[in-house]
Amino acid sequence: MTSAPPGRASALQATGAGRYADPLFKWAAITAGVSVLAVLGLMIGSTTADAWPVFQYQGFVDFFVNDEWRAGFSRTDFTGEYGAFSFIFGTLVVALIAIVLALPLALAVSLYITRLAPRRMKGPLAYTVELLAAVPSVVYGLWGLLYFVPTFLRPVMELLSAALAPVPLLGTFFAGPVYSTNYLAAGTVLAIMILPIITAISREVIAQVPPEQVQAAYGLGATDWEVMRKIILRRSFPGVVGATMLGLGRALGETIAVAMLIGGSQRWGLSLFFGGDAMAAHIANTFQDAAPETVQALIAIGVGLFIITVIVNVLARLLVWRIGRVAGDAAL
Amino acid sequence: MTAPIRAMLSMLVLALIATACAANGDAGDPTAAQEDDQQPAAAETDVDDDADRAPAAAASLDGAGATFPTPLFQDWIFEYEAEVNPEASINYQSIGSGGGIEQFLSQTVDFGSSERYLDDETLTEAQAARGCSAIQFPVVFGAVTIAFHDQEFDDLILDAETIAAIFQREITTFDDPAIAALNPDRDLPDADIIPVHRSDGSGTTSVFTVYLDHTADNWELGEGTEVQWPSGTLGGQGNEGVTAQIQQNPGGLGYVNQAYALENQLPTARVVNDDGNAIKAELENTTEAAEEAEIPGSFQFDILDIGGEGFPIAGTNWIFAWECGYDDDTAALLRDFWSWAVSEEGDSLALDLGYAPLGSALKDDVLAAVERINIQQ
Repeated sequence: MTSAPPGRASALQATGAGRYADPLFKWAAITAGVSVLAVLGLMIGSTTADAWPVFQYQGFVDFFVNDEWRAGFSRTDFTGEYGAFSFIFGTLVVALIAIVLALPLALAVSLYITRLAPRRMKGPLAYTVELLAAVPSVVYGLWGLLYFVPTFLRPVMELLSAALAPVPLLGTFFAGPVYSTNYLAAGTVLAIMILPIITAISREVIAQVPPEQVQAAYGLGATDWEVMRKIILRRSFPGVVGATMLGLGRALGETIAVAMLIGGSQRWGLSLFFGGDAMAAHIANTFQDAAPETVQALIAIGVGLFIITVIVNVLARLLVWRIGRVAGDAAL
Repeated sequence: MTAPIRAMLSMLVLALIATACAANGDAGDPTAAQEDDQQPAAAETDVDDDADRAPAAAASLDGAGATFPTPLFQDWIFEYEAEVNPEASINYQSIGSGGGIEQFLSQTVDFGSSERYLDDETLTEAQAARGCSAIQFPVVFGAVTIAFHDQEFDDLILDAETIAAIFQREITTFDDPAIAALNPDRDLPDADIIPVHRSDGSGTTSVFTVYLDHTADNWELGEGTEVQWPSGTLGGQGNEGVTAQIQQNPGGLGYVNQAYALENQLPTARVVNDDGNAIKAELENTTEAAEEAEIPGSFQFDILDIGGEGFPIAGTNWIFAWECGYDDDTAALLRDFWSWAVSEEGDSLALDLGYAPLGSALKDDVLAAVERINIQQ
């Protein structure tokens, strides 16, 4: 159907009260858009203002590189020591573990659902994976703490530690003793939590790959594996990176499940089996009983988390841009 | 096409307006709604001003503070509202000891609760804030026990110095000479100790570290609701988190509330007290400890230097209230509820849940303090 030529009334042109629909909608949309920015701006502004005395007291750089965190209990003054490095390290390590475990799995799941699964299984499978996103994180935490980690993960971790700890260099990351809550435990459960996000988006992106190209590749005699690797994954690369970014965002900010599984020791270590601590987890853990000065320091961790999320995202975009140029594809 | 869009649009606008209005209503003083509730109630009832001990007919109390006594407070409130005063409505929010003090000082609640007493500086601040003195009194005690992963360590004897060394990672195996010296009759294994502490800020940690800071000469981590634990220790979130860590890590050793250890039947240590007796944390030993402690009239005390049959690591829960500024019904309900809570009825509920009630000598002093609520009208 063709649209009505300009200057002539059509069935689509509103009359009477309908005239107000356009401006009303426009202003509603503008309000919504602006309010998102306003909320974000307010949040950054007020948290930074709250955290500023801590940065001044501890030193802005020192806050990020010092690994000594000793809460003070003053109501009016600063008496503690606030270095958040242990938490920053834990956050990054756990998020990295989660992405490394979740990304290949999510890609495999989405390829299976879109390309390989029998037609009548596709719907139920996709729903099941997305259902994982509906489970509250505290349930993941409890399940991980009381069931998954002691029953499944602990034997695996002990095996890994026994096998890899003696290896030079690599052994540092697998050195014992194996605690039942550690970076790897938190990262593994986190991987399950971000799996549905990455899968859902990758699946959509993979479904968008032009069927002509896929069929052309098959026509040239490519196998399933070659089609997936050379056509589908290459075409959907930018979208998959976007999906990974969303997953990473969730992994960096995830609080309760990580708090329950990471160990909560306010320290850091190179071993994957070290019971460490993470930024959001530490805020949630200690906020309740914190004295006013420590509350400000916890808000400063929140500001730090925001800064780190921005840095990680910018780095990821740069990486995609670079890979995109090398691959000759205008990714993102 | 236009009709559905218009309908959707008007619904959207309506919804936006509705939320905006609702938000406006809520955004004001959060206590406004509660005051609205209280005012008519106060108007309807005519309780004599001097009827101090008579239960308030219909009033509501808001309290906030420590998490440690929450199960007990909930039981007390439930029982009190069901059996003693059906007209009363008491609401306790377990927001933590720090929050309890903050909320009390900013006067957003009728009573506060904490595992730390208010020191003189805070009391002065309180006086300035409300124009009359704050009252504080203890209502219940709880011991902090050392629990183990392995059943074989049940009744293992430890003293303050050994516990301090374990949590500072100076003693890392069970067959350490220091532990062996305290337990000459035991055959101790060469097993690693994994110390488990609270990862959240907690009154339990405060009780534990105040004890170590006071008693053990080798303790270097200070005291407070959170301290900087050394590498090689594990943190658990809440008593249940610590319990899970102890149960899952072979060699696990951690400190938990007595109530929790009893409930989960964890093997626990005997701790050497000031008289050199190795005491198991039983409820009577905790009350005994409270009676052993020197308690000043100001109720600013920590339970330390416990001898006799008293278990040495014990904490107290304080309630904070004011000498002025309540309306008559609220004040009457406050007095009635707290004097009921420390009565024999309240005591038996406390014992059921693994808390140690006040000793009889202390009880009279506490009741006298309760009577001072709203004394200045």
